[in-house]
Amino acid sequence: MKRRAWYWLLIAPFVATLWPPFYNHADPALFGMPFFYWYQLLWVVLTSLLLGFVLLMTRERTDV
Amino acid sequence: MSSGTIIFLILVVGVTVMGFLASGWGKANLQQFDEWALGGRRFGTLVSWFLLGGDLYTAYTFIAVPALVYGAGALGFFAVPYATIAYPVVFVVLARFWTVAKKRGYITSADFVRDRYGDRALEVAIAITGVIAALPYIALQLIGMKTVFSQIGGAFGAGGGFVALGVAFVVLAAYTYTSGLRAPAMIAFVKDALIYITVIAAIVVVPAALGGWGHVFSSVQTALAARPAAPGAAPAGILLSPGMYFAYATMAFGSCLSLFIYPHSITSLLAAKSKFVIQRNAALLPAYSLLLGFLALLGFCAIAAGIATKDPNAIVPLLFAKYFPDWFAGVANAAIVIGALVPAAIMAIGAANLLASNVFEEFSAQRPPGETRVAKLLTLAVCACALIFVVELPVQYAITLQLLGGAWMLQIFPAFALGLYTRWFHPSALLLGWAAGMLTGSGMAYSTFLTSTPHKFGSVFPLQLGSLKLIGFIALYALIANLAVAVLATLAFGAAKASKGTDGTTAQDYAV
Repeated sequence: MKRRAWYWLLIAPFVATLWPPFYNHADPALFGMPFFYWYQLLWVVLTSLLLGFVLLMTRERTDV
Repeated sequence: MSSGTIIFLILVVGVTVMGFLASGWGKANLQQFDEWALGGRRFGTLVSWFLLGGDLYTAYTFIAVPALVYGAGALGFFAVPYATIAYPVVFVVLARFWTVAKKRGYITSADFVRDRYGDRALEVAIAITGVIAALPYIALQLIGMKTVFSQIGGAFGAGGGFVALGVAFVVLAAYTYTSGLRAPAMIAFVKDALIYITVIAAIVVVPAALGGWGHVFSSVQTALAARPAAPGAAPAGILLSPGMYFAYATMAFGSCLSLFIYPHSITSLLAAKSKFVIQRNAALLPAYSLLLGFLALLGFCAIAAGIATKDPNAIVPLLFAKYFPDWFAGVANAAIVIGALVPAAIMAIGAANLLASNVFEEFSAQRPPGETRVAKLLTLAVCACALIFVVELPVQYAITLQLLGGAWMLQIFPAFALGLYTRWFHPSALLLGWAAGMLTGSGMAYSTFLTSTPHKFGSVFPLQLGSLKLIGFIALYALIANLAVAVLATLAFGAAKASKGTDGTTAQDYAV
């Protein structure tokens, strides 16, 4: 059950994406795309990686 | 017949055959409720990935999100954080639901609520909410198909696309009836492949043709600044205005909480063969969200390309017509039609399950005989209702009801999602909370209708707190009212020493 502590990591995407003042800028742009857009697209990828990591840390040996 | 139409026909007829053949998949007894409605709960990671992707990212999504960005600018991009943070919720909350559902044999969310709280009225309220929210959603899928039919023209366009739509409807209902969830699961492979091909082509070709993203964004900025703002509304731009921060965040957060309690999401999730399959998919499904994000930006490409239309929902088809050869437009059109058939079938199954299991019958761990037959017949009825909806009512009704449906759907969150973690709430208090949430949500939506010109239902409401005006997502405001009433009423029932009813589940049922 202690492994469930890893679940707390999953708060990160909420904090990162639900506070717009933090990312509502045009700069720095990437490939001409304002920060606002590529930052949020980046978090799609980061969340996916984070979920994969948490799964790795919490999965049971019996999981299929 | 043009090459585009021929390719379109081959693809659509092909998946129809697949839908009927799906009944033979896995040699199951389709008279069993589990087998028909949930594919026997045997889908592995790959099938679930296609099924969930095909289910959640509907053709309507792929048309409406770019349309929203086209109309509202940065605000419309909220779909991206929404489609990001929904996955941690799936990973934690829905994986827990899968576990208890497997142990106790649930087919629907209302099955769980009935078992957990032992309250018939709450069960029916939860089930009806799901059905009402699903109907306009199915109608929107049909509307998406009709748009494509009338655009292809020829025999498809006969009667404004309604003739072709009628044929598509009969086919949809027939294979869903015979094959159950196996049909959309099988078709989802084709649907997602087509969607990936067309969307990736679009996000490579269109921005490049427009001179790159830098050029797209700078011309959008100029175009949006020149656009006359609607009275009272914040001007659309490529960045959010500070007054819309709260709206943006609450829309993303509120939507992420409701996405997975829709009947079609529950149906697809319960079809997974293990909790592990769900968690693995939570990590893999964001691939679709990335696609959705780039697709949203096609809304900006449409502005940069100078596409002017009264119907923003037409911008994606218009972009395809402008930048792709005819045969490829045929592929794109097939992607939209097949992309509508998959979720429509799952939504019909999900709604029929709720009606069969929780409204006409009452949930019991021993499934009553004949329930599968009732659910199968109800699928036909649900599809028919959606078709009547589309034929009889203006398109705006379906869009408005889908919007309201989102606010209504979230009101089952306390009973369903919180119920997975605590039995603290009194069932009658949850019912009162649900009623308060439904009323608050509908009332706020109606007030946006009254105060807007021209009259239109909105999804955000300006809440006045002293001198502070908070523009926020109506569904979330309604959920707050719902929770406040549920907490207060639970305390009141506790003080009155009212019985909390029976709980059919044990702590063991939620463990891995």
